[in-house]
Amino acid sequence: MESGQRMTDGRKRWLWLVGAAVWLGLPWLVFGNNYVLSTLILIGLYALVSTGMTLLMGYAGQISLGQAAFYGIGAYTSAYLTAHAGWSAWLALAAGAALAALVALVVGIPVFRLREHYLALATLGFGVIMFTFFKEWKGITGGLNGFFGIPPIRIAGIPLQSDLPFYYLVSLFVLAGVWFARNIVRSRVGRALRAIHGSEVAASSLGVNITKYKLQMFMLSAVYASAAGSLYAHYVTFINPDLFGIVPSIYFLIMVVIGGTGSVWGGLVGAAVYVCLGEWLKAVVPLLLPNAGGEFEIVFFGLLLVVMLIYMPNGLTGVAAKGWRRLWKASWRQQKQTAAVDSHQARSIGGERG
Amino acid sequence: MEAWSQFVQLLFSGLTVGSIYALVALGFVITYSVTGILNLAQGDFAMLGALLCMTFVNSGMPFALAIGLSIAAVMAIGALFERLAIQPARRSSVAVLIIITIGVSFVFRGLALLVWGTDPYALRPFSGHEALHLFGAVIQWQSIWAVIISVISFLALHLFLNRTSIGKAVTACVINPFAARLMGINIRKMSLGAMAVSAGLGALAGIVIAPISGASYDMGMMIGLKAFIAAVVGGLTNAPAAIAGAFLVGLLESFAEGYLSSGYKEAISFGLLLLVLFFMPNGLFAKMTGKRV
Repeated sequence: MESGQRMTDGRKRWLWLVGAAVWLGLPWLVFGNNYVLSTLILIGLYALVSTGMTLLMGYAGQISLGQAAFYGIGAYTSAYLTAHAGWSAWLALAAGAALAALVALVVGIPVFRLREHYLALATLGFGVIMFTFFKEWKGITGGLNGFFGIPPIRIAGIPLQSDLPFYYLVSLFVLAGVWFARNIVRSRVGRALRAIHGSEVAASSLGVNITKYKLQMFMLSAVYASAAGSLYAHYVTFINPDLFGIVPSIYFLIMVVIGGTGSVWGGLVGAAVYVCLGEWLKAVVPLLLPNAGGEFEIVFFGLLLVVMLIYMPNGLTGVAAKGWRRLWKASWRQQKQTAAVDSHQARSIGGERG
Repeated sequence: MEAWSQFVQLLFSGLTVGSIYALVALGFVITYSVTGILNLAQGDFAMLGALLCMTFVNSGMPFALAIGLSIAAVMAIGALFERLAIQPARRSSVAVLIIITIGVSFVFRGLALLVWGTDPYALRPFSGHEALHLFGAVIQWQSIWAVIISVISFLALHLFLNRTSIGKAVTACVINPFAARLMGINIRKMSLGAMAVSAGLGALAGIVIAPISGASYDMGMMIGLKAFIAAVVGGLTNAPAAIAGAFLVGLLESFAEGYLSSGYKEAISFGLLLLVLFFMPNGLFAKMTGKRV
């Protein structure tokens, strides 16, 4: 499903160069505007979570309604180990990722015996249970009052306290995340995942160990979320349980759906659109509807989610890929092939119809 | 004696909450049985029902009329939801349909926030403010109303499904949609009706609970999720078992809150959900009562 696969190397190189230039130049274009920079950082952090989820949902075809729990595991592990145990932020980040992977393994083994509704419910239940622990385990998480005074992340002993270096750090994580996801998608694992997505029965009859692959993707998506959570904790230096409840999990889901699960870039696109739209709505809605509460944008995101799923089930990257192919005048045959894949994907974002 | 009165108190609060979950869970079971969709916006019907009823009552409408009107309004909203969001996507995968209901739930939440704001509202009890004293415990009349209404709703539904021809058609859709269509049953109408009835049951649940715990724009999610647990514990397509599941969840929560810690009650009910999902995916009562409605 990737447009990149069909491009020549020359075009691809150009695309990478332009991308790198935009990435390096973006903060300088908005220099001095910390608001834009912090928005970009937020996009990066969410992109990391939703890239992991894209792997899980798009490629393994599994739905997760509790992803914010892993985000929280990363954030609280980092917060506790750096603030109370004096660990370096990097070690704490790694520890959080390892813990998230372990939790995903323990939860995933029974959960992935379930399918469809039950899987969605089980991940939702897991999310609520973790949220309760974040809220109630006051000795470690600070409870509802939150966790204050998380030390900043350090590179070569220098704390990253301003937004600019943090922007580059987060972007590096996102790039590494997308690059890793691309490699996975194109590897043997990726082919196995696509087979699972197409038909679990067919895949298993060909000898694909379905549970193992699903579990691996679940653990991987947990690591992505946890790393993003750790970075978030060190960036804002204050966290509270509300950031890691069910509603944030649904926001991550919305990002993945907006971006589209057919491409590894979907997470980044979805996060960018989600954050930008959210900020824009926060600015515009109070002007149009002075009485609207602070959370009014949820109506909009709810509608967007429904409309996207009905009319654009491949998300924005799906639409972009189609447009891109048209732009480069792909041969008639290729279009026909991808159209077949598109309609297939439209039917099966989350596994087969029961 | 102190311990005894606490026990009775917790028992009654568990039964009250359980009966609310039962009403919403009945809605789940109907929708799921007829359409195969797990409607995560079910709890928001309760929220809409409660807030609408409160608005109607405050505008000076007679209480009974306000209740009837708000239930009818929420049923219409449910039907609209089915036509606008579920029908266009009916060929999508199960996961997509679940996510669509989440999206609709967000829309309901947001609209309620816009209309009613973030403040919780109170609705007056159905029959006065005086309470019943039983074994040293204080029991609100509203709690008794909640239990009675859920039992009556269940019985009415049971009679409807088993004694009327439309009800039998619904049952046919549940057992085998393809055969039902061959017999000339209009599945699309059934789906619309199922959604409207579920919405009405949800609204009723919201109206019953509003005098006890208040009504606010974000009450839907937790009620919905708990009712969900109840339905899953009961096996998703089994109405009596879903009701049993609802009372089980309500009592478990109430006793967990009273004897352990209030903070963990949600984790306890969702823990129950996970245990049932892992070990008895057909529900706790699968063997006792058979599988279908």
